[in-house]
This record gives sequence, structure tokens and C-alpha cells, in this order.
Amino acid sequence: MITTPVAREKVYTMSQFYIFVKKECLHIWRDRRTLFILVWMPIVQIILYGFALTNEVKNSRIAILDQSKDDATTAISNEIAASRYFNLVKNLHSYRDIDATFKQGLIRMAIVFPRNFQYDLLHSNRAQVQIIADASDPNTANTLTNYATAIINDYQLSLNNNEQLPYTIKTQLRMLYNPELKGAYNFVPGVMALVLMLVCAMMTSMAIVKEKEMGTMEVILVSPLRPFWIIIAKTIPYLLVSVLNIACILLLSVFVLGVPITGNLGLLIWESVLFTVTSLSIGILISNGAKTQQAAMFTSMMSLFLPTLLFSGFLFPVENMPVALQVISNVVPAKWYYIIVKSVMIKGLGFFAVWKETLILVGMTLILLFISISKFKIRLA
Amino acid sequence: MKPVVVENIVKVYKQKRNVIEALKGVSFAVEKGEIFGIIGPDGAGKTSLFRILTTLLIAASGKATVDGFDVVKDFKQIRNRVGYMPGRFSLYQDLTVEENLEFFATIFGTTIQKNYHLIKDIYQQIEPFKTRRAGQLSGGMKQKLALCCSLIHKPSVLFLDEPTTGVDAVSRKEFWEMLHRLKEDGITILVSTPYMDEAGLCDRVALIQKGEMLSINTPAGITNEFKKPLWAVRANEMHQLLMALKEDPGVESCFPFGQQHHVVFKQPGNDRQRLETVMNTGQYTNPEIRSIRPNIEDCFMALMKQ
Repeated sequence: MITTPVAREKVYTMSQFYIFVKKECLHIWRDRRTLFILVWMPIVQIILYGFALTNEVKNSRIAILDQSKDDATTAISNEIAASRYFNLVKNLHSYRDIDATFKQGLIRMAIVFPRNFQYDLLHSNRAQVQIIADASDPNTANTLTNYATAIINDYQLSLNNNEQLPYTIKTQLRMLYNPELKGAYNFVPGVMALVLMLVCAMMTSMAIVKEKEMGTMEVILVSPLRPFWIIIAKTIPYLLVSVLNIACILLLSVFVLGVPITGNLGLLIWESVLFTVTSLSIGILISNGAKTQQAAMFTSMMSLFLPTLLFSGFLFPVENMPVALQVISNVVPAKWYYIIVKSVMIKGLGFFAVWKETLILVGMTLILLFISISKFKIRLA
Repeated sequence: MKPVVVENIVKVYKQKRNVIEALKGVSFAVEKGEIFGIIGPDGAGKTSLFRILTTLLIAASGKATVDGFDVVKDFKQIRNRVGYMPGRFSLYQDLTVEENLEFFATIFGTTIQKNYHLIKDIYQQIEPFKTRRAGQLSGGMKQKLALCCSLIHKPSVLFLDEPTTGVDAVSRKEFWEMLHRLKEDGITILVSTPYMDEAGLCDRVALIQKGEMLSINTPAGITNEFKKPLWAVRANEMHQLLMALKEDPGVESCFPFGQQHHVVFKQPGNDRQRLETVMNTGQYTNPEIRSIRPNIEDCFMALMKQ
């Protein structure tokens, strides 16, 4: 006699989903190390990049060799010493001192006034000043000499204040979006991309792999929970944490770093949620391949952290890279998110300025989600 | 419809160049409401078999059904209805006893209250520690909690992979008592164990070794298959005695069994005399010779030799 098996009614209730999310939140809450990383990483990164790891030139140590010691050289020296870019650490007495001081690593720039500086200036209308910079770091040397030249030019203009010079071209500079040339304007969008990438992709992949490592995946697979819902439930808490992180970063950047949100806050948050989902799907993808939490962490680091740092344009401008690297940078989701955040947050542009980038991110997310969910292992091997 | 039917299941693992046959064509069927023991040493293929039946692995060939559902095709149906307790402790160590139980009850669409009667006897023992994290429980308590979690949804078939491994003797005894009570609730139980002494606690057992079933029978049936007389011998010089018996050409097998050696002769007949001769030539002190009934382990050893 053949009896047909009776199928038990499938039960997909909200309570199943809810208890899984609750369990996941408990994991995060009880694992103090994870919690610490999740909460402090964005704060520490913002503070680090905002204050410590800045490429702005401030308080550079310089020395002055003044062989004239007249009113003009004193006035210029005072201007330079008072500038926030320079920190006058030494007054030199001879040419030989210059070389020695550079070699000791005490200074990054030296200014040399020749004898009779003011006399030459006033009588022959021509005076010379020498600026010597340590060009082992070419960008900084360039910036420093420019600042010094500007200060000297200012002094020269003030001498001619009362006279009308014939044929003068006056350049007017306007620094758009970031008039004070603060590094933070560049770093905040970059840190947002980095933090979201790490929190979502790394933490999610580790959380999923942990279930495999601890053997709990074996038990929850043999249950009515469908793999799709397991994935969704595991990622939800990280999505929430990411939204908190975004809020935290934005608050810090506005109130601590003084970087205002010039665009639409709602748009910025939605774009960030989109990027979060992109990162989450990368995390799921990584978890499919990794067998241990360490492997998941290492894969995330190598495949996400470094490309985000290098190719998002946040540390190194993508336009300056060789074409091959520029092509590679196009597949790094962080690059597009970085462009979006810069446009919306710093430049104050609307959705129509970033729709292309948004579309690319949406496309990437859909492809990644499709691959990672269809590749999710519903069995052990 | 039998709750579990296994027909010629073969499982192969590939490791680089090595191909390991974990299961070499295993067949058996489990009756409804039966405690069916799969007994064999580590590496015999017990876990592979359990994972195939719980739809976690796919067999290379052969067919298996659980409650009439095919383990490959109807895996969703099977996952809805069976209970599975893996060999390794697989609950959430950072959740408390109560949270674990609630989690597993909820994902199976039930509540602790609804099926409390099933787990009551077991859960009462760990209830005093219900706010303790699962990772901080003792080995026996962990297993009891895991059993509760695999039972809370009233499964039709319960798969227990080595539930008593690493558990003290008292807890093991309690554990088996619980299984017998569950049996009375009509739950079919498939349990694996490396401990031969637990075989007698099952309704039927399958002896498995290197991926092959040696024998499937009731515990009494298996010991009845042991035809030759079995002898237990002991003396003060146990090691020398073992060596001497193993070297004796007439002896088929001699294994140390706790305080004594179990001996079987190739051609039975005046066994006692032959043993006395060995004892006398070796000049052992306090020699003892007894005729005994074989237990499952004796049978297992004998079957392994064939």
C-alpha cells in the first residue's frame, strides 16, 4: 500500500523573522569586541583623518638666515613667523648652518635674505630673497614655497600701496565648495565609504561564517527557515548599525570638523542606505566562499579595504592613475558612492547630478545580491 | 510508510587525490516509534549518514526517504518536520539557555508553552540555569539543552548524532531514560553512538564499520548471532596472559575487556581445559576462568574480523 506523505503546512510568520533579528542583535550586543569596533571605528576614523592624518600644511618648521637685519626683512620675517603655515624654529647665522640644519632634519624650509636687502629694494628697485625647501616630499615643498612667495608678494604690494602701477593684472582666486581648503571636505566622504564598507561587508561576512564555524548553520538549515530569510535576518542588524554610523559620522563632521551638509540630507541618507545594501551583498558573497571567520576577515580586507582606499579617489585622484587602474576603479562601488557623497554633501547638488552614479550602484547591488543569494549554500558541502 | 528508509546509500569525499568512501552502499529501514541505534567507532560513517538523512549532504548514489519524503527532492518538507542534534554542540553559546530554546521554538513556528510537556522532564533539570549562557554549561547540561531544542517542535523523526559523547556516566543514563519517554510519545528516534554498552538500550541496532553495515538486528538478536562459546579469563599478570593467549594458534580472538580478557577458540571443544593449560604453563597467580554470554561489543569485534 502506498500512502502519500502529508506535507506540513509551511509557516512563515513575522515572529520567526523577528526572533532571528533579535538573536542577531544579541550576538552583536554581547560580543563586546565587535560592538566596540562597530561603534568606535567610525568615530576614531573621522577624528584620525580629520585631525591627525591630514595632508594640509600646518606649522611647518622653518629657519631664516637674515644677513641684512633691516626694517624690510624684519617685517617679512614677522609676517612669516606669524603665519599658521610656518613655525620659525631657528635664526641662522651663516650659509653653512643652512645645510647642517636641513641635515639634522630640524626644518623643511629656509629663507635667506642677502646683505643690504632694504637698500637694494628701495634704491635699485630690485632685491632678492632665496627660498630653500626640502623637496624629498615634493608636494609639501611646493606648497610651502608658494605660501612663502605669497607672503613676500603681499609685503611688496603693501609697499606700493599708494602708487598706481601701470599695467597690472590682478588674479582673483575663489575656492569653490571649500573656501578654507580644509582636508576634511575630502576625507569625510571617503571615511563614510570606508566605514560602511567595513561594517557591512566585513562584519556581515564574519557573522555568517561564524554560524558555519560554530556548527549552528547546520541546525538552522534543518529548520523551516529558508536560506533567503536567514540571510536577510542576519543583515538587518548591520543595516541598522550602518544607519547609526552614518548619523554619527555626519554629526561629527558638522559639529567637530566644521564640514556642513550643503545638499539634501534625505538624499544623502538614501544614497548611503543604497551603498550599505551594496556592501551587505558583498559581505554575503564573501561569506559563501570563506570557511573561517579569519578567512572572511582577510578576504574583506584584501578585496574591500585596500581597493576602497586606493580607488575611491579619496586618497589619490583617480584621474592621475594609468588608464588600466582607472578602468579597475570603475568596478569599485566605493568610487561611485564617494562621488555621490561629494556631490550631494559638499557641492550641494541634487539627485539629477548623481543619477548616473546612483544607477551604477543600483545595478551593482542587484547583480551582487543575485549572485550571493543564488550561490548561498543550502547544504553543507 | 516507514519513517526512515535507506537504500544503498554511497557517500564519497574527495580530498585532493584521495577518494574516501565514507558510506559503501548502506541500506536499512526504521519502524515507527522505534529507537534505532547506529553503532560504530569514530570514522565509521555515522555523521555522514545523519547528514544525508537530514538533507545536509547529498549522497553519491542510492535513495533515502524520511517520512516518505525524498532527502534530495523534498528537502524542504523534511526540514520542516524532523529534529536534528549534531554531534558537535551547535547552539548559540552567547545566548542563554532560555533564549536558545525560545529561538528554536519560534523558528519552527511553535512556542515553549505549546510543547512544554515534551521537554518537561529534561528541561526541569536545566531550568535552574535558564539565565546562564549556553557556552557556560557543563557537557551534560549542554546535551540536555540541545535535545530540548531539537525536540521543542515535536518532530516526527529525531536524529541524534552521538548525543552522549563526552557526557558523564550518570548523565548518559538519564539521557537514555529521556529517549525512552520520548518514544512513548510516538517519536521515532535515530541515535548514533560509539559506545557499545548503549546498544542494549535501543530497540534495534545497526553495527557500522568503515562505511558498511555489519549487522542490523535487535540487541538480543545480535548477541544470538554469536555462535561460539565465549570465555572470560583473568589473572594477576593480565598483560602476559593476553600475549600468551594471542600467540596460541588455537585461539581465534582475545581482547582485553576491563578486568578480564574475552577469548574465543577457532575450533570450540574442551575450551576450559585448553585455557587451564595456558594458565598452568604460564604459572599465573589467582587465575579465573568463566564461561560468559557475549555482549554487543564481542559481536562487533567478531563481525569486524569477518
